[in-house]
Amino acid sequence: MNTFNQATRDGRDAGAPAVVDDGDLARRWQRATDEPAWLKAVLITTALIFVGLFLVLPLSVVLYGAFERGLAAWFEAVRDPDALSAIRLTLLIVAIVVPLNTVFGVAAAWAIAKFEFPGKPVLISLIDMPFAISPVVVGLIFVILFGSQGWLGPWLAAHDLRIIFAAPGIVIVIAFGTLPFIARELIPLMQQQGKEEEEASLTLGAGGLKTFWYVTLPNIKWGLIYGVILCNARAMGEFGAVAVVSGRIRGETNTVPLHIEVLYNEYMFTAAFAVSSLLTGLALVTIAIKSIIEWQDERQKRRAAA
Amino acid sequence: MSIEIDRVNKRFRDFVAVDDASLTFREGELTALLGPSGSGKTTLLRIIAGLEQPDSGRIRFHGEDTTDLHVSKRGVGFVFQHYALFKHMSVFDNVAFGLTVRPRSTRPTKREIRDKVMRLLELVQLDWTAHRYPHQLSGGQRQRIALARALAVEPKVLLLDEPFGALDAKVRAELRRWLRRLHDEIHVTSIFVTHDQEEALEVSDRVIVMNQGRVEQDGSPEEVYDAPANPFVYRFLGNVNRFDAHIHEGSARIGEVTLPAPQYPHHRHASGHAFVRAHDIDVLATADQPDTLAARISLVSVVGPTVRLELVTDQGDTPIHAEMAKHRFNALGLEQGGQAWLRPRQGRVFLPEEATG
Repeated sequence: MNTFNQATRDGRDAGAPAVVDDGDLARRWQRATDEPAWLKAVLITTALIFVGLFLVLPLSVVLYGAFERGLAAWFEAVRDPDALSAIRLTLLIVAIVVPLNTVFGVAAAWAIAKFEFPGKPVLISLIDMPFAISPVVVGLIFVILFGSQGWLGPWLAAHDLRIIFAAPGIVIVIAFGTLPFIARELIPLMQQQGKEEEEASLTLGAGGLKTFWYVTLPNIKWGLIYGVILCNARAMGEFGAVAVVSGRIRGETNTVPLHIEVLYNEYMFTAAFAVSSLLTGLALVTIAIKSIIEWQDERQKRRAAA
Repeated sequence: MSIEIDRVNKRFRDFVAVDDASLTFREGELTALLGPSGSGKTTLLRIIAGLEQPDSGRIRFHGEDTTDLHVSKRGVGFVFQHYALFKHMSVFDNVAFGLTVRPRSTRPTKREIRDKVMRLLELVQLDWTAHRYPHQLSGGQRQRIALARALAVEPKVLLLDEPFGALDAKVRAELRRWLRRLHDEIHVTSIFVTHDQEEALEVSDRVIVMNQGRVEQDGSPEEVYDAPANPFVYRFLGNVNRFDAHIHEGSARIGEVTLPAPQYPHHRHASGHAFVRAHDIDVLATADQPDTLAARISLVSVVGPTVRLELVTDQGDTPIHAEMAKHRFNALGLEQGGQAWLRPRQGRVFLPEEATG
C-alpha cells in the first residue's frame, strides 16, 4: 500500500513541471500497478488475522494475566525483593552493554564506511555472526572459555575472578548477542554519506575529534539512536545465553527474563505475568520511540531531497 | 603564496594517478588543471590540499615544505564538486564553521564571526540565505556558499575540484565569469580542476594540461590553444583534424596544399601528421584557387549561428570537420552531397613519434 502511494506521488511530482497531461500519466500508473479489489481485501485480511493471532492476542494475554488479580497483586509481584534484584541487575547490564556496543558500532561502521583495508568483507560478515549463532551455543562458548572446567578457569580462580555465574559473564554474552545492532544500522548510512563533508571539515581546520562531533555525529544521529534502542531492547530481553552463564542464583544472577521463567516454573502465574508486563511495556515504548524516530528521519530525508 | 610541486608520484594499486609531476603555481594566479577523467588532475589537487599523501615527492608552500603537514593545518580552502555543505547546519553556520571550530585562544568573538560571515555572504551575493538550509538552495547557490565557507578561514590557497561540474550549462557559464571577477577582487592563489577546455580557457591566467598522470603542457590560455605542445593537447583543446603530411625541408605537404613546418628544417621526405582545427579550414565552392583539396560534403549540421561540415577527401578515410558562419555557408551556396574545395589556413605538423599521444 505504502509503496504504491509513494510511487503515484513521485510520478506526479516528476511530471508536474513539464507535461500537461501528467494527470493522465498518474492515472495510467495507477492502473498499471493497481490490484483488483478482491485481491487487496484478501491480502489485507490475511495480514490482519496474522497480526491479531500472533501479536495482539499474546500481548493482551500478558496484560490480562498481569492485572487479573488487581493492581495490588501486580505491585506485590514487582516489589518482591527477588524481582527488584532482577530488575537492578538487568538495568546495570544494559548500562554497561549499550555504551560498549555504541562505541563498537560507531567504530566498526566508521572503519568500514570510510576506509579501504584488506579483510573488510570478512569483518562485515563477522559482525553478523551473533545473529546467526544460537544463543545457547554462545553461552556454552563462554562457559568453555571461562568456566571452572574451562580453559581460563584455573587462572581466573587463582586470581579470585568470577565471570561465569556472575554479572561479568552475563555482560559478556549480552554484549556479544547485541553487537550487530548499532553497527548494522550505521554501516549503510555512513557508506551512503561518503566522506566529503568530513574532508570539508578537515580543510576548514577542524581536527579529527571536532569533525566527528560536529559533522559525522549529527549526520548519523537518527540511525545511531535507532540502533541504541534496538540494542537496549534486545539486551533487556536476552534469555538463552544468559540462562547458560548466569547460574540462576536467585536474587543475585537472575535477570528479568530469567526471573520470569523461575516464577512460571513455580506456578506463580500472576507474578510471572506481572513482571512480563514490565518487559512488554518496555517493548511498546521502544516501538513507539522507534516509530517517532523513523517518522523524524523520513521527514528530514524528504526535506533534504526537496 | 606560491606552490611548488616537486616530482610527485601517486598510484592507487596498479593505477598511476600522478606520474612524476613537477609544477610551480605562482602567487595570486588562477590556474586551471585541465585534462580528461583519469588524468590525475583531481588527485594532484587533493595532494596539494593534504587530502591524499603522495607516494614520493615534495609539496612546498612559499618555499616551506608542507608534504607532511596535516590537512587541517595547511590553510587551504577546498571547494568540492558536490559542494559538501553540512546538511544539518544553516548557511550561516556552514560559513562560520571554520571560525567556530578554532581553539578558544585563536577564535574570533561571536560578533566578529557574525560580521565576517555576513561580509562573505555579501561577497557571494547570498546574504539573504543566512538562515536557510543547504537543501533549500539551488546548485549554483550552494556552490557559492561552499566558496564563502572556504574563504572564511582566509586560506593561503584556494583549491576548487570541478567546482561547476554538477551545474547545468547556463549557470555554469555565469558562475565561471563570476569566479573570474571574484578572483580579480581577492587575488588568492587559486587552482581549479576541470575537464572543460572552454572553462579553462575562459577563466584562468594559466592552463596546465594533464594526461595519464603527466603534465603535457603548461602555459597561458593563448599559448596552449594556439601552440599546443603535442598532438594530445591539440586534440583535447577543440575540434581538430589530422592529415597525413609529407615533411621536406621546413614545409609539409598535404596533397596539393603546403603548410609551413619550420621546426623540421633538416628533415627530408619524412612522413608525419598535420593538425588543423575545424575553424582553420576554408571551404570554397569553386576550384579556381591554388593549394586546395577536393572534397565531397557528406554531412551538414547547423548549430545556431555556426554550420558544421563533414567532408570526405581522397587523402584518407576519416572525414574532415570544418566550421563556418551560417551566412557565409549560405552565400557560398554549398549543400550536403555537393562538391567543395578545402584550404587549411594554419596548422601544426608533428612527426609520427610525437603523434602517439
